[in-house]
Amino acid sequence: MKIVVLMKQTPDTAQLSASMDGLQLMAGGPRIINPWDEYAIEEGLKLREAHGGSVTLLCLGDPAAAEALKRGLAMGADEAVLLSDPAFDGGDTLATARALAAAIRKLGDVDLVIAGRSSIDGGNHATAVQTAALLDVPQLSYVAAITAVDPAAQTITVERAIDTGRQTVSSRLPAVMSVVKEINEPRYPSFMQIRKAAKKEIPVWGPAELGLDAGQVGAAGSQVSWPVVELPPARDAQVEIIGGTPDEAAKTLVDRLLAEKII
Amino acid sequence: MSNDVFVWIEQHDSIAWEALGAARNVAGQLGGSVVALVLGADVRSLADEAIHRGAESALLADDPTLADYRLEPYAAVIARLAQEQQPAALLMGASSNGLELAAYVAAKLGVGLAQDCTGLSAENGRLQATRPVLVGNLVAQIEFGNVRPQMATVRRRVFAAPEADAARSGEVTPVAAVLAEADIPTKVQGLSAGGGQVSLTDANVIVSGGRGVGGPDGFAPVQELADTLGGALGASRVAVDSGWIPYAHQVGQTGKTVQPDLYIACGISGAIQHLAGMKTSKVIVAINKDPDAPIFRVAQYGIVGDLFEIVPALTREFKARLEK
Ligand SMILES: Cc1cc2nc3c(=O)[nH]c(=O)nc-3n(C[C@H](O)[C@H](O)[C@H](O)COP(=O)(O)OP(=O)(O)OC[C@H]3O[C@@H](n4cnc5c(N)ncnc54)[C@H](O)[C@@H]3O)c2cc1C
Ligand SMILES: Nc1ncnc2c1ncn2[C@@H]1O[C@H](COP(=O)(O)O)[C@@H](O)[C@H]1O
Repeated sequence: MKIVVLMKQTPDTAQLSASMDGLQLMAGGPRIINPWDEYAIEEGLKLREAHGGSVTLLCLGDPAAAEALKRGLAMGADEAVLLSDPAFDGGDTLATARALAAAIRKLGDVDLVIAGRSSIDGGNHATAVQTAALLDVPQLSYVAAITAVDPAAQTITVERAIDTGRQTVSSRLPAVMSVVKEINEPRYPSFMQIRKAAKKEIPVWGPAELGLDAGQVGAAGSQVSWPVVELPPARDAQVEIIGGTPDEAAKTLVDRLLAEKII
Repeated sequence: MSNDVFVWIEQHDSIAWEALGAARNVAGQLGGSVVALVLGADVRSLADEAIHRGAESALLADDPTLADYRLEPYAAVIARLAQEQQPAALLMGASSNGLELAAYVAAKLGVGLAQDCTGLSAENGRLQATRPVLVGNLVAQIEFGNVRPQMATVRRRVFAAPEADAARSGEVTPVAAVLAEADIPTKVQGLSAGGGQVSLTDANVIVSGGRGVGGPDGFAPVQELADTLGGALGASRVAVDSGWIPYAHQVGQTGKTVQPDLYIACGISGAIQHLAGMKTSKVIVAINKDPDAPIFRVAQYGIVGDLFEIVPALTREFKARLEK
């Protein structure tokens, strides 16, 4: 199977603390592979192990995003391509999906595209779906398990974790799917794999390599922008500590909650 | 071109009415009317309910191929209606289905989309949205370009659902399905409830346990309090990773984002990643034996002490008071 994994480099929200708020983290804090995308990489590797083929990582980001791709290569992916060009800056999900879809077409004969559930910075739940829409292939979101895949017959059956429960769906391939955390446990690369991946060439493609105009990507190709990004208003909660024995405290709390009509 | 606002009425999910509430606000500001998009099989009554709740009219695609939500056939109908009628805005609820459908339709139409919005208004004929980013650690104001319809999905439990008024009336216009069954690339083979989302995202009350519950059995009193309040059971990642409770219960950055009226955190320290998933709850109660636990900084009410004494006392007190 020829598999492409969509992965984004995102800020590492585990580094948020009293001394590093969201704005500081976004501006220049440490970055990682979007945590949800590690599950996408792992699922690609498992499919390759079971059915043969290759796993290509695809990331649109600034030049530093190559670090995230190297980490994915160290996990065991075969190739990586970085879509990077100043023209890509400020793209909304659709402008990003347009570049990703063009890159997938250029890679050619892709059976399955795997993405994460969402990005922890954008949180759009959109880029993978929009890539599927532009490629005009079926989209399977929130996949928690692949129950059957037949590369020869070009079919796949998955379980999706949606609000109402677990839905079993079959589809034809090629397709795009996005995965949730329950699907697997991502592997850790070994020291040797990290060293080997560090030396690997990562081709960088811009709009020209994708056959796109600068006006179709980045801020110029976008329909939404986010001129203001700020810290959420501080919670004005001033905690009231309720004292007394457990029974007294319980009574006071229940009094308050009933008086405020919370219950 | 019109100033109308289209809103997708998702079946079997009350988020549809929250989206309709948001659509009424926006339509008022745009000077247009609300048009409900109702898709399904035998769903005329859903179109009537949308009108009772304040849609001026409804477009009804009633067809066996649309019986259950599926991305491709639903997107094909909605994209076609949007192209034909050129509404100013198209809204949906940010359910798992709505997030997917909105993204797909926006791509097919080539229009802008703001997902999971906590604020939505219209000014000078354009939508303006507020949405959480960086898992709730930042808030972004979203501006739209000129292309219509401008699309948004609204976060669960943020917008009020309008009450139904059976006296309201409006036109229900039938529209055709676009894809024939043979053209639909996916087949739904079944749905098992449970193992899904434990209705955490819908719950009015959530009682959560963390490392402080000490083991799988420690969840029993937490569950009992949740049951007493008709609420859902939540958990911190530590409790999930320790195998005490399934992942579906996890609240936080790598779990679910919840917004109940009341969130009771039992034996949870309040790490930033946990807070990311619950700090916009209306009222937060923290029960923790450490008076310096960060959870007390976001709570309205705190009880310092052993959860194994306090939680059962709360259950007893609620039972006694709620029975009256
Ligand atoms: C990338 C990343 C993503 C993460 N995503 C999430 C997420 O989605 N959700 C999440 O919850 N966490 C998440 N975490 C983990 C998070 O950082 C914390 O480790 C976790 O929330 C802590 O769980 P806890 O509060 O149950 O445990 P602890 O921090 O160990 O706190 C236990 C608390 O219980 C109290 N306690 C102990 N015994 C009792 C008792 N008998 N009575 C009363 N109080 C008692 C203690 O005083 C303490 O405050 C994530 C971490 C990372 C790095
Ligand atoms: N810049 C990007 N490069 C590659 N993949 C991306 C990019 N942005 C988003 N994705 C993929 O799309 C998924 C959903 O992202 P989002 O729509 O931002 O929530 C992510 O988990 C990635 O798999």
